Order: sequence, then C-alpha cells, then structure tokens
Amino acid sequence: MNDDTATATKPTGNGLVGLIPVGIALLLFGWFLSLAPAIADGQTLRVVWDWVPSLGISMSFLLDGLSLTFALLISGIGALVLLYSNTYLAGHPQFARFALFLTSFMLAMLGLVLADNLIGLFVFWELTTITSYLLIGFGHDTTKGRRSALQALFVTGAGALALLAGFILLGFSMGSFELSEILVQADALKAHEMYLPILILILAGTFTKSAQFPFHFWLPNAMAAPTPVSAFLHSATMVKAGVYLMARMHPGMSGTDVWFWTLTIAGAFTAVFASILALRQTDLKQALAYTTLMALGTLTLFLGQTSGYAMTAFATFLVVHSLYKASLFLVVGCIDHSTGTREADVLGGLGRIMPFTAFAAGLAALSMAGFPPFLGFIGKELKYAGILAIGSEPFIFAAALLLANALMFAVAGIVALRPFWQRTGIALPRKPQEAPWTMLAGPVILAVLGALFGVYPDLLQVSLVDPTVKSLLGSIEDSKELKLWAGVNMPLIMSIATVALGAALYLGHKRLRPALGRLVDASPQFDNGWDRFLAGLKAFAAWQTRIIQPGILRRYIFATFATVLIAIGGTMLLRNAMPALPDLSDITFQNVALVVLISAGALLTAVTSSRIAAMAALGVVGIGVAMIFIVFSAPDVAITQLLVETLVVVLVAVALLRLPVLDENGRDRRPLDAILAGGVGLSVTLVLLAVLETPLDLRLTEYFEVTSWPEAFGRNIVNVILVDFRALDTFGEIAVVVIAALSAYALLRTTHPRKDP
Amino acid sequence: MNSIILRVGTQYLCGILVLFSLYMLIRGHNEPGGGFIGGLIGSTGFVLFALACGTADARNALKVMPQNIAMAGLGIALLAGIYAAIFGDALFTGQWLFINETPEDKGIPISTVLFFDIGVYLVVFGSILSIVFAMEEEI
Repeated sequence: MNDDTATATKPTGNGLVGLIPVGIALLLFGWFLSLAPAIADGQTLRVVWDWVPSLGISMSFLLDGLSLTFALLISGIGALVLLYSNTYLAGHPQFARFALFLTSFMLAMLGLVLADNLIGLFVFWELTTITSYLLIGFGHDTTKGRRSALQALFVTGAGALALLAGFILLGFSMGSFELSEILVQADALKAHEMYLPILILILAGTFTKSAQFPFHFWLPNAMAAPTPVSAFLHSATMVKAGVYLMARMHPGMSGTDVWFWTLTIAGAFTAVFASILALRQTDLKQALAYTTLMALGTLTLFLGQTSGYAMTAFATFLVVHSLYKASLFLVVGCIDHSTGTREADVLGGLGRIMPFTAFAAGLAALSMAGFPPFLGFIGKELKYAGILAIGSEPFIFAAALLLANALMFAVAGIVALRPFWQRTGIALPRKPQEAPWTMLAGPVILAVLGALFGVYPDLLQVSLVDPTVKSLLGSIEDSKELKLWAGVNMPLIMSIATVALGAALYLGHKRLRPALGRLVDASPQFDNGWDRFLAGLKAFAAWQTRIIQPGILRRYIFATFATVLIAIGGTMLLRNAMPALPDLSDITFQNVALVVLISAGALLTAVTSSRIAAMAALGVVGIGVAMIFIVFSAPDVAITQLLVETLVVVLVAVALLRLPVLDENGRDRRPLDAILAGGVGLSVTLVLLAVLETPLDLRLTEYFEVTSWPEAFGRNIVNVILVDFRALDTFGEIAVVVIAALSAYALLRTTHPRKDP
Repeated sequence: MNSIILRVGTQYLCGILVLFSLYMLIRGHNEPGGGFIGGLIGSTGFVLFALACGTADARNALKVMPQNIAMAGLGIALLAGIYAAIFGDALFTGQWLFINETPEDKGIPISTVLFFDIGVYLVVFGSILSIVFAMEEEI
C-alpha cells in the first residue's frame, strides 16, 4: 500500500475515540457469533427485565434466527464501518460526535431487532430514527444536509407515530405486549376485527422506514450523510428495520389477501421503479441508493408470500444484499476519498492505481449482478424460484423482478467496472492513490464473504438461513437448499435472460439516460411535492398564528377565555347538567361580607380610570380570596395567596411607570369583553355548584390525615403532600417555575441590548 | 426613591424577612409554612431592597445571579428525589434520619424531604428575583 507519503502529514486515526467503538462492535459481534450454534440447533433465547410493571411493559429480548441474522449483520458491518470511518474522517474536528452517533445508532438498531416487547421495540425504533437524523445531518453546515436529515426525520417519524398506534391497538386486542405471546395466536389475530387497522398502521411505519413507494423519496436524499453512514444505514440497518418488522410480524399477520397484495404490489413496484431510476444516476452513491430501494422492494415483495421458496429467498437475499451493498458503498467512499469525485462519467482507469479497491468492487459487483459462483447468484436463483411460487399472477411479478435484476446488473457494471477500467482521459480533482488498509478491510472482507458463501452455501444455510426461515414459518422443513447448480430449470433460464438483458442495458445506458430523464421529469415529483407540503404547512401555521396570537395581550386573553367559555358552557348545555339552586340557609354574615368585598373590588378594577385605583382594587380581590381561605381554615394557602398578592402589587407598580394612562373619558368600554367576562364567571359558578351536588370523595383526605404523621413525620398535611406524597408533581411545578423565570428573563433582556452589569 | 430612611430601614427589614423566611421554611413540615411560602417571603425582602436601593445594590448584596439560585434549587430538589432511588425506594420517597433518637423522643429529624423543601425555597426565591430584577432594570 502506498499511503505512506500522503499520510505523513495527515492524521491516520482519531486515537482511542476511534478505536473504542470498533472494540464495542467487535465484542458484540463475537458474542452473537458465540450464540449462533445454539440458535442453529433450534433454540431461542429470551431475557426479561421488568421496566414499567404497573403497565405490563417489560424490557424483554428474544434471540431467534431472524434476530440473530440481523444482529450479526448490524454488529459485524458496524465494526467494519467504524474502523473505516476512523480513517475516512481522520482528524475531523467533530469525529468524537460522529463516533458517538454511529455507536448509539448501532446499539439502538441491535435493541430493535432483539426486543420482544412492543413498547420496547418502539422505543428502539424511535432511537434509530433520532440517531439516523443526527447521522444524516452530520454535514449540518449545508442546506442540503439539513433538509435531507429533516426530511428523513419527518417521514420516518410520522410513520413511527402510526406504528405506535398500531402497536397499542395490537397489544390491547391480543391482551399482551409480548411479541412471542402475540405471534403464536396467529389465527385469532387474523380473525380479529381490529386486524385491518392494525395492519395498516404497522405497514405505515414499516413502509416509511424502509422507503417503499410512495414514501421512497427520503432515502436518496439521505445520501447527504458521510459515505460510511450510508454504507451502514442503507445496507444492513436503518432501512432494513422496516423489513425486519414486517418479517417479525410475518408469522402472525401474513397469509391474508390484504397482506399479500399490499406487500407484493408495493414491493414489486418499488423494485422496478427504483432500478429504472438507478440507471439514470451518474453519481455512484446515488446509483447505489436507488439499488437499495430496489433491494428493499424485493424483500418486501417476498415477505408478502408464505411459500418456503419465498422465505428462503428472503433470508438469502437479505444477507447477500447487506454484504455486497455495504462493500460497494465503502468502495465508493474509497474512490471519493482518493479522487475527490463520485461522478461515473469522470472516473476511469483506477484499476491499476487502486488494485485492492478494484478487487473488492469487482467481487461485490459480481455478487450484485448475480454471477456464479457468488452468493448473489444463489440469491437470484432463489428469488426466481420464490417468485414463480406465487399463487396468483406469478408471471407479471416474475417479469418485474427480471427487469429489476437486469437493471441491477447494469448498475453493478456502472459502479464497479467503469471507474476502474474505462478510459475517460478526463483529469481527476486529486491524484488518486490506494486507500489505507483500515479502509480496505471493510469492503474486502464483505466482498470475500459474498464469494465464500457462494462456494460453500452450506455455511450460510445452517447458521442463518434455516433458523431465519424457522422464525418466519415455524419449522425448517420448508427451507429450500442453497446450491449453485440446481440443474436446467426455469430460474436458470431466467438468470440467463437477466444477464443478456442486463448486458444490453449496460452497453446502452448512456443512450438510455436522456430518455429516462424525460420519463422521470414527466412523472410526479415526490421530492418537490414534499417541499410544497412543508410550505403549505408553514403557511397554515402562520395563518392560524396571525388569528390566535396577534401579539396583543388583550386578544390572547380574549381567545383564552372564549375557549374556556365554549368548553365549559358548551359542555354543560350539551350534557344538560344545570345544577339546582344551592341551599343558602347556613350562610353567615361573614360569608356575605366577603362576597361583597370581593365583588366590589372586582367591579372597581373593571370600571376605574385610574391605574393606581385599579391596582388597589385588585389587591382587595386578592386579599378577599385569602380571607376565604382563612375562614375555611387553610392557613398555608392563605399565606401563599397574601404573599403572591403582595408581589403582584410590587410587580405591577414597577410596570406601571411605563404604561400609558387609561382612557379617562370612559369611552373605552368594551361590551363584548363584559359579556365574555360575565359568561365565564357564570359558567364557572355553575360548574362549581354542579360539582358540589355530587358527594365529595373524602378517601384521599382521610388517607393523608391518617398517614401524614406516622408515615411522613409531618403534621402540616399541605406541606407533607407537597414535599412527600406528591413530591414528583411538585418537582414538575418548580421546574416550570424555573423555565418561566428564565423565559421571562430572556424576553425582558432581548427587547433592549443588555445594559452594563 | 432616594430616601435615606427608607434605604436604611429596608436593609434591616430585608435581613429580618430573610431570617423569617428561613424560620417558615424549617417549621413548614408541622406548622403553616414551607418552601413555597418561605421562598415568597425571602424574595419579598430582596424585592423591597431592590426598590429602595436599586437593583445594582440588591444584586451585590445577593452575590449570586438569581437564575443560578433557581437552577441550584432545582438541582437540590432533584438530588433529594434521586437519593431515595439509590437506596431502592421509588423516586422522591422521603428518607429520614433521627439524631439522638430515644424511645420517647424522636430527636432531631433530618430528611431528604427537608432538602427537597430547601430546593423549592431556592427555586421560588431565585425565579421571582430574576424576573423582578430584570423588570426593574428594564424600566
């Protein structure tokens, strides 16, 4: 490797910060690998910790064939990608942040594929959403990076909300939040009246996450992330989360017509649509992004089925795709790192300069194109066998798959052949050189694995494919054998057709591009639609803010009280809950005097034209209320009330110096305000009277009276409730107090530049 | 307001109010009082001080930014709540220690509940003062 001269001045790594995450990932990978024999024997492992026992939510983890396959891919590719990015982003000032994001993402992803509890799974699901948002937006100094990150966050986040609703429906319908308990009741679930809503909500979550049409547009934009992130997120992890969940739900929900048609059609359409778009790209990374969409579509298509061939094809293609796609993304990263460009039309002749990169790219691309003896060939044969096993209309879907595979063949050539072997004669932005070994380890290992599993398919069959099929179908009897030569049959003929069509497309792709461009331009642009949708949302928000929050305090108060009046008064009218007149026989002179005092104060506040008088009258109201508390023996509340009144008077007195005088002629009378005030007062009175009609439940009061001294060692029940029985509530309240104070401080400070301290 | 009598008088009044507020805070568990009330009384003292002598003097007398007092109070309250969780109880369960406890007399009680109340006191005290000081400086 000839990187010595160039790296003499540049840092080659990031010290411990770069190596610790690699160690974590390797340890996890080793641990999962050590569990593989047990899983291959047909065992499943389950670990449970109580989390919120009162709600039946536990942190339970389940390791079976499906989760193990994902866990190995995530931790294994994670380790290689982390090692790679340590060099790729060497010396980047924010590398520590990057390593933290990527490691957190990997751990969240592992939690997702291992979780057995619906709520736990959802929490990890959202953690991957948030960490992938941070990763995609790592280049946050560009508008494009920020937009892409936000788009991915919004699309997958909205889907996740639907998913949460679906999970809650599912949990309550089946009486359990444990997946292992839900999925064994498949017949009950499919016959349940809530099956369709549950299915729609869960698919909304998985289709957005796995970028199925029409939610596909965020994925190519997410290529704004650094290349190692794309390699990780778009090969084995983030976008596969949706696929994973569909596979996880497969035993419980598949087999119905709606499941079959939704997944089959969405998957097939996404696969063809994406591979056509992939051929059009000139940016290598974008081309790979679209082929990722194609792979996700294919995986979704197979999950729509229930046949053994389809499931074996799913399990195999899952591994195939993760291996070659991660490898190719990393290769593109090497090319970009070395030459400074990713444009397919510019790159050429790198084969001699970067032999190891070319080697990895070649192996991965041959697997992607589906040549024997690579695993990709076996995967493709199984895909054709699986598609021919579809119950209805197999030939339409087989034709779609054939077209998509041929396009993949062409894209594999564009990405892995041309940059290394074509002659362009165009000068590259940088003088290329071979990548260092830390960056080659990932692509080479993954590409070699693709070839190794192709030659020895039994390795993969026993360790991962059979256990995965068992997770999906319940037994390994239907798992089909992975073999390179299965005789002359329909899949083989289709393979030959694929190669022929793919070669033709590869040779003609430059001439096809303008036509494809016109086709794409003529079809609806989802990315632009997204912008219009956001603009509309913002315009709506601005409109309703202008109406409700015009910046005039009086209007705010009007809106607030009008809402209160409509909510309370309306409810009472609708429910016909008018209370009877109260019994006034035991009323005392003291009570009457207080009521008169408070009413007089309130009235004076409203009608006076002097601010000082209004303030004093308001103080009278406050003190009157405090006296009510004293009469009904609540000294703590009364003291607080009095003190707050005092402070309010001080605050108003300070503010008073700045306010203009009131309208002294008294013309500024607003009848509408008076009506509103009267209405709110009346409705609140009626509500209080209605409340008094139902007997007061004194159990809590008695409980506090009895337990306050023996259990909390306090005689002042109000204080004991505040600081002991309800301390968590109090903590929330004081947090609000601090936030309010800081906000008020910030508001006061921002109106004028800060004076000298 | 530049009256020497008011200024001198307020300085003493402020001290007395703060002392009284601490008394209300400590006795709060058994008699009317507590962190909220104590914080209100204490801050009233400094609000009066700021009115009579100006916020610059009041800030000097306080030495610490009122926002920081409020934040510290929130932190103390949180720690008092977490303390219980460390010992296996639910968050914010009161933990008690009775110094010189005898069968007849409970001795001097020390509890996380008291620290929580001190946190409440500091939050109320600091929050009110940060708003009032900022308002007065604004005008």
